[in-house]
Amino acid sequence: MASLLRSMLTRPVFKPTCAARAVVYRRNFTAGNYFLSKKYTEDHEWVLLSDPSKNIATIGITEYAQNALGEVVFVDLPEAETEFETGDVIGAVESVKSASDILSPVSGKVVESNQELSGTPKLINKSAEDDGWICKMEVNDPTQIETLMSKDAYDAYVKGGDH
Amino acid sequence: MSLLRTARLASTLRIAANSKFRAFPRFYSDATPGALAKTPLYDLHVAKGAKMVPFAGYSMPVLYTGESVGESHNWVRGKAGLFDVSHMVQHRLTGPGALSFLHSVTPSDLTRLPQFQSTLSVFLRPVTGGIVDDLIITSHGPEDFYVVTNAACKDKDLAYIAENMKPFSSDVKHEVLTRQGLVALQGPLAKDILTEYLTNITGSPVDLSTLYFGNSMFVEIPSLEEKLHIARAGYTGEDGFEISISEKNTETVTMGLLDVGSTGDRIRLAGLGARDSLRLEAGMCLYGHDLDDTTTPIEAGLKWLVGKTRAMDGNFLGAETISRQYDNWSFVPRRRVGFFVEGPPAREGAEIVEKGTDNVIGKITSGCPSPTLGKNIGMGYIKSGFHKQGTEVGIKVRGKERKGTVTKMPFVETKYYKAP
Repeated sequence: MASLLRSMLTRPVFKPTCAARAVVYRRNFTAGNYFLSKKYTEDHEWVLLSDPSKNIATIGITEYAQNALGEVVFVDLPEAETEFETGDVIGAVESVKSASDILSPVSGKVVESNQELSGTPKLINKSAEDDGWICKMEVNDPTQIETLMSKDAYDAYVKGGDH
Repeated sequence: MSLLRTARLASTLRIAANSKFRAFPRFYSDATPGALAKTPLYDLHVAKGAKMVPFAGYSMPVLYTGESVGESHNWVRGKAGLFDVSHMVQHRLTGPGALSFLHSVTPSDLTRLPQFQSTLSVFLRPVTGGIVDDLIITSHGPEDFYVVTNAACKDKDLAYIAENMKPFSSDVKHEVLTRQGLVALQGPLAKDILTEYLTNITGSPVDLSTLYFGNSMFVEIPSLEEKLHIARAGYTGEDGFEISISEKNTETVTMGLLDVGSTGDRIRLAGLGARDSLRLEAGMCLYGHDLDDTTTPIEAGLKWLVGKTRAMDGNFLGAETISRQYDNWSFVPRRRVGFFVEGPPAREGAEIVEKGTDNVIGKITSGCPSPTLGKNIGMGYIKSGFHKQGTEVGIKVRGKERKGTVTKMPFVETKYYKAP
């Protein structure tokens, strides 16, 4: 039997679920808009410029991160209207064993947080990269998202070993 | 290790780039550099898909494939879990001075400890009565004691024992049982599984019904050419056993128990993750977190382990403080108590404040969401006066004050098999 960790590292991290396909689908429809693909950070957050007309990005933690955390029992969500710089702690995810900070992948202002997570924190385990989004932010500079990792680069990063 | 520090420095999301194990910062942080020691069950853990983490100088299983900590925890509460605790340090103290030596360093009254009976005890610092380590002492006879101490305290315990044994050295022999494994079988089905296993392997019926909580016995296993030391004890609050086995037979016995327990899907290996949440629900202390060199047993809610005549006589290390605290609560500045916490779990290091103020009155030393109760539990030290059950306090989690309520422990009713 492979260890949990090994299986975590070798398994395709982001299985093409229906939700994921939906994202790809939308992206095809708006071909040419670079920002409509998800971007990833080394701290295991994802960002999607979900409403380019208003510079609104949706932020969450990755499938890899939820798997490493185990069952999520509480999510500390950022409050709307709060402004954050890149790398600021915007919230936290709690599992039985540990508390992990969520860091802002970009600079901007929170416009909404996912209230469903207050009552159903396990939504992160079920759908970390879709229904389990953490918050939406109005980003100061949408091109900042461009500098983050692509899906392929992130996959290579988590497969690359010691995470 | 403060909660906030844990969360900040060791957070999976933040620093995961540096480590595989950040989802378990408490365990990771206890790592000692250099090569890690292996228990006799190391290969078995790896074969069973354990996630191994450094703990007290050993590579130990924290969790096994396909399970969350919560699921593993619930399995032990509902059926039976098998824990490798071979990293713990087993000692034998023998000779005419063994009891006197133990009486000089602990507040326990071992003259009242019957043969094959165990008690929790503490090694104490001189004068302050701070706890050097907590330990289990089992009497195997008036001049023969089996002692189990914490792995994380091994070096300081050995130095402490060597130093304080000097006046007794001609009358006491101290051995560390380095070639001895230790496994804990815990849970409501533990008794059935162990009875079946022992009956099968010895070929004659073995009856554990008169082995009560705190008792121990040797069971001769001819096919293994050894006597297993079986104590009805544990660290989960469930009925269960701790079985001391020679290094060479530890895997054989473990596999045998797993095999017997696999009939009816009754047993699973369990790791440090579940061990921690189980003991916390049972209100038990983890040394280095809930107990340390600055904490006295009275402050720690362990007054019951101080012998009354010992406190009166005062002839043990730290008695200056312990005897005074034993007689008069006004000499006890703080108490270890349990809390329920609303919102996020309050973890180690979280400050306890007087409600709605910045007046710090204590600190959380262990905390987690309770898998059994579905709410957040924690233990910690609080200024005397605020320690009464039902007292409402504020607990700071990531800068925000959350409501905490002082609660009696254990949080989950213990199910020990006690003598009638």
